[in-house]
Amino acid sequence: MAKEEVKAPQELEKDWVLMQGNEAVAKAAIDVGVKFFAGYPITPSTEIAEILAEELPLNDGVYIQMEDEISSMCAVIGASLAGAKSLTATSGPGFSLMQEAIGFAKISETPCVIVNVQRTGPSTGLPTKPGQGDIMQARWGSHGDGPAIVLYPDSVKEAYELTIRAFNLSEKYRTCVILLMDEVLGHMREAVLLPDISKFRVINRLKPTVPPEWYKHYEEDQKYLSPLASYGEGYRFHVTGLAHDAHGFPTNKPAEVKTMVTRLKKKITHNIRDIVQIESFMMEDAKVAIFAVGIVSRAAKSAILKARNEGLKVGLLRPLTIWPFPDEAVQKMLRNVETVIVPELNQGQLIHEIERLTKDKTDSDIVKIQKANGELITPNEIYKSIKEVI
Amino acid sequence: MSKNKKCDKHEVRLSGSGGQGLILAGIILARAAVHDKKRVTQSQSYGPESRGGASRADVIVSCEEIYYPEATRFDILLALTQEACDKFLFDLREEGILVVDNSIVKNISLLSSKIYEVPFTEIALEQLGSSLPTNILSLAFLVKISGIVSEQSLKKAIEESVRSAFIDVNLKAMKLGFDLAKKYK
Amino acid sequence: MASIPQKVVHQYLRHNKKFPHVWCAGCSNGIVLGAVIRAIHELQIPKDDVMMVSGIGCTSRMPVYVDFNSLHTLHGRAIAFATGIKMVKPNMKVIVITGDGDATAIGGNHFIHAARRNIDLTVLVLNNHIYGMTGGQYSPTTPEGDFASTTPYGNIDEPFNICQLAMGAGATFVARGTAFHALETQTLIKEAILHKGCSVLEIVSSCPVIYGRLNKKGSPSRMLENMRDNSINIKAAEKLPPEQTEGKIIRGILKKDDKAVEYYDKYTQLVNRIKSKNK
Repeated sequence: MAKEEVKAPQELEKDWVLMQGNEAVAKAAIDVGVKFFAGYPITPSTEIAEILAEELPLNDGVYIQMEDEISSMCAVIGASLAGAKSLTATSGPGFSLMQEAIGFAKISETPCVIVNVQRTGPSTGLPTKPGQGDIMQARWGSHGDGPAIVLYPDSVKEAYELTIRAFNLSEKYRTCVILLMDEVLGHMREAVLLPDISKFRVINRLKPTVPPEWYKHYEEDQKYLSPLASYGEGYRFHVTGLAHDAHGFPTNKPAEVKTMVTRLKKKITHNIRDIVQIESFMMEDAKVAIFAVGIVSRAAKSAILKARNEGLKVGLLRPLTIWPFPDEAVQKMLRNVETVIVPELNQGQLIHEIERLTKDKTDSDIVKIQKANGELITPNEIYKSIKEVI
Repeated sequence: MSKNKKCDKHEVRLSGSGGQGLILAGIILARAAVHDKKRVTQSQSYGPESRGGASRADVIVSCEEIYYPEATRFDILLALTQEACDKFLFDLREEGILVVDNSIVKNISLLSSKIYEVPFTEIALEQLGSSLPTNILSLAFLVKISGIVSEQSLKKAIEESVRSAFIDVNLKAMKLGFDLAKKYK
Repeated sequence: MASIPQKVVHQYLRHNKKFPHVWCAGCSNGIVLGAVIRAIHELQIPKDDVMMVSGIGCTSRMPVYVDFNSLHTLHGRAIAFATGIKMVKPNMKVIVITGDGDATAIGGNHFIHAARRNIDLTVLVLNNHIYGMTGGQYSPTTPEGDFASTTPYGNIDEPFNICQLAMGAGATFVARGTAFHALETQTLIKEAILHKGCSVLEIVSSCPVIYGRLNKKGSPSRMLENMRDNSINIKAAEKLPPEQTEGKIIRGILKKDDKAVEYYDKYTQLVNRIKSKNK
């Protein structure tokens, strides 16, 4: 891939710094205590691996480049079960290869984070161009009926913050969390003022307090949180990708399987208020709402400012957590505005969720802007659409 | 610059082909803007090739939060290939500055008082012994002409962004770019 | 060998869990599991330090029965999971239990790369020449001409020689045993565990219910006797002219390189080097 050699600055300004999206993810990983990264090079995520290859050996961590994305994801799960906060980073083709093991992380309830810096697809597509084609894959890509927590930043600062949040959610709810990024965000640099890591609450997995003979690997409380022992610390538990009972042993008893699949679902739905984050931008009096994620929402904000200058009442609803889908906030939006514009860098993914939630004839009209040719949706295209509907 | 209001947003596109060091030039410009305590975004577009193919870096400098990171209406356009010049010329603002390397760019289908045609590549070869620092030479030129970032910040950003072995030659290129700009101003 | 073998094995089984096991009557997996347990017992490795990782297949059901740290992973991926564990808990004895299909077909890539890295895993490949769990399809080690449910007219694929594959890929300990030679195999397992680096031990096993039946190999005991009759220890083989060992299964340690630096140790050396440079 084309990439210029850039030396990291020796001394930066005390406050604002110029940082790349991928760099922010890697920095957050080190700050949040990641001790294991396994990955395979792929544009446009490679900088994350390159930075961690340099940083992890200096921070008591392990960097390993595996033979493919399949093994990378498996090694990440193994490392997490052995006690390390673990991360991998990839893009579309690699993300597809990881899907089987992502399902394993879900059923085995093993915390880990996968960063997917999306490019235009399908297949090899446009490796250096943006696309938002993996929104549905991030939710439904792995076979079976598993839970998904997927976060979606729109700025370099948020890439840092949501990487930390991804780890917090994965450690708390014992599942893999996916951070979806846009190619443009992965590669772009911007001036950022990062809060010190001490300003963040860093959540680490609950360790068992019971003696090994009482330990159940899938013990649960009312909030569907359960302690997690690590291998080699005296607990000698069993983990399998098969349906299992509370101890982790395989079972095909319908009642036990039901308990397992229910917990996988409920730990998300029961805690949805803790997991879902949304940004509401100029929505108070909006007659037209734009619903967008990631880099597209930034084009939307530019368009909104221009429209607001002309007195047009338009706002933006932007989920930072795209899965579980923020149904409640979207339903409220659909009740309150006349039109919802859904711009996305694909041929229609987010729109399905909006349509799913449009039940009532009194709900808003829906207008789509879709682009999947490697170019961004520009502020002007969204502005034009606003003018058309108002 | 034509617009003197301190918080105006300035959009810069540095365009040419892969291997000309435009993305690095963009990073340096962005870093200089940070030293000037400005808000800045730097984004890029390039193909899969390490060398050759169309390449561009966009830098947006502002005092306010920048939302859309790609330059759409340029205040400054640097074009180091004919293809880039032809492609992006018409998105230059009316009062915008066009800087081209006229050792490569021969046709400019626009008449404006703010066009600067400088044989950067030839000058770099003659006076710096290599065409490699053309990116810094032309960047320094447009910084001096436009005042988009301060000269000290540019110097600091170059020192931070290139490998130590290449700092001297790049600072030489920067100084040469500043001097050239005085001649053209 | 003072203790009664069965008694030893019982100390290591998860009695309260998931018995009876999934293996068919006559399957040699139990013999091998016994050998693994006795090897660990004789080496006096605490249960807490043993990490048993497997993929998918009949063989890969092994970890659930034993009272170690255990991980039953995806088809072909045991070595990749084990690599993550080993790099985080380098002091654990990580034993990968896998089969011929699991290790050399779907997991072939991970198999050769673990060997190349020389990471300290003990990889036990139980080679029964067939996919048993899915009902008897041919595997990368099914001999040419043999029958499987997906080679109704006989197999035309050239089989892998697992040990040669491991040696070629860079494993620093490579050995072969059979289920018939349970005590010899037990010794080989001990050697494999003690070796610092990637150890591959192929254990020739039998699947009488499917492979045996489809290829008229006789009763379970007949299949074990075949291992006795058709194999030769490498030390004996070295003394014989090649024509007398042709077609025989060569048992014993085929490669042992103690000089090669193990992968985690290399990583540690790298960390120490850069840390001392940065001081």
